Amino acid sequence: MKEKPILLNEEGLRVDGRKLDELRSIEIKVGVLKNADGSAYIVQGKNKIMVAVYGPRELHPRHLSLPDRAVLRCRYHMAPFSVPERKSPAPSRREVELSKVIRQALEPALFLEMFPRTSIDVFIEVLQADGGTRCASITAAAVALADAGIPMRDLVAAVAVGKIDGKIALDLNHLEDQYGEADIPVAMMPGLNQITLLQADGLITIEELKEVLELAKAGIMQIYKKQKEALKSKYIGSGEELG
Amino acid sequence: MAKSEEIIPIIKKKTIEALLGKNTRIDGRKLDEYREISVEFNVIEKAEGSAIVNIGNTMVIAGVKSVLGKPFPDTPDEGVLIVNTELIPLASPTFEPGPPGEDDIEIARVVDRGIRSAKVVDLKKLCIVPGKSVWALYIDIYALNHDGNLMDASGLAAYCALVCTKIPKHAVENENVKILEEKEELPIQHEAIPVTFAKIGEKIVVDPCYEEELIMDARLTISFNEEGKICAIQKGGRGMFTADEIMYCAELGRKISREISEKIKRMLENAQST
Repeated sequence: MKEKPILLNEEGLRVDGRKLDELRSIEIKVGVLKNADGSAYIVQGKNKIMVAVYGPRELHPRHLSLPDRAVLRCRYHMAPFSVPERKSPAPSRREVELSKVIRQALEPALFLEMFPRTSIDVFIEVLQADGGTRCASITAAAVALADAGIPMRDLVAAVAVGKIDGKIALDLNHLEDQYGEADIPVAMMPGLNQITLLQADGLITIEELKEVLELAKAGIMQIYKKQKEALKSKYIGSGEELG
Repeated sequence: MAKSEEIIPIIKKKTIEALLGKNTRIDGRKLDEYREISVEFNVIEKAEGSAIVNIGNTMVIAGVKSVLGKPFPDTPDEGVLIVNTELIPLASPTFEPGPPGEDDIEIARVVDRGIRSAKVVDLKKLCIVPGKSVWALYIDIYALNHDGNLMDASGLAAYCALVCTKIPKHAVENENVKILEEKEELPIQHEAIPVTFAKIGEKIVVDPCYEEELIMDARLTISFNEEGKICAIQKGGRGMFTADEIMYCAELGRKISREISEKIKRMLENAQST
């Protein structure tokens, strides 16, 4: 591995100039794809991710349908050009796992029992990746599901918290993820105060986990606001007017 | 493997929930009680290391094979570690044949994260010629009988197989690697012990059995090293947790992981002394 870069400078600022508790810039656009029932495009730092939702619709093959609820399906996929070294377009084991955990992060928010025998399909295409793509994908997918008019208990917003040079930091970019000591993606239904995704990689103490969950919540509340603004600006007009 | 739809009679679901209301479980355990664990070390002579782990009626085998290989370009001075899990149809009427599905891959990746984050094996010591030749360790995990909590059984089987693994010694002559007859133990430096919880309604139980898994809302696996530090977390299932519930699992998991670690140490000592 190359020499580990300095992740925190003397003033306590990160490689991209952020403070420890600062998110990257986030922009969410709603309804960007005409064919999809709902869609969203998120730019979070250098991450660029497109999400489309199709459904509720008839499920093929039919034997997979459930008599009492809709089946939620999720495909997280990275474009070959999204990373420095070309990625094979075939789904990797990482993408299979992430598709599963993203689905399970979104599922608690949906009233699937309202649409028996159907499927709701969420397609996530990572066009450019720079760390924290599963979290940005969840944030955008929740907005796309709302855009598709699917009844939800709450939106789901997500952010990764990590440990860099011994300090807990919000919203890791790729460099911080690669050279940091730990990476902990968290997704929540912020209004209901429920955690729907939690993973961890690296070493942390139980006390640090508590700090991680608190910082994640603070970040998620800011992202939640951006999600609502994005939806309002499509459906009610300018988000700023309504606050 | 693909999984066929698993169903549970409503009456059984109601029984489990009613028992949990009285803080007891379908198999008579307390909510924070782990099942009996037993480990057989080195059951497969042809593998470099192996272990069968039983947690109650759940049975999993892991085998380690070592192969001379090339390092990954971003880590030229480290050996390679690859974890693979297969939920074969032999283990459960609900498992179907076919290539590994998302459940198999999830288990393998969570086990891999625990072992890698805790640095169970000193991968630098598996480097032979930097950038050219390293040991690749393949840990293959097979479910043999599924009665819930395959995650912990797989993680323990992988860890137990590693601690009893012996790989051939080698000699290097003019950058040519020669494998010798004599064997040596792997450079094991840390532990990774997973502990899994299931949330059923408002109750949290440790080490869910199969029937509890069928009705659980959500699952949480936390792996610990020997210092009680967390080396992997994975939430599963379609439900959710509060932050307080997660901290409860972390505290209880740390305690249980130490108990499991002591048991494994004793079983390994017994196995080595006979």
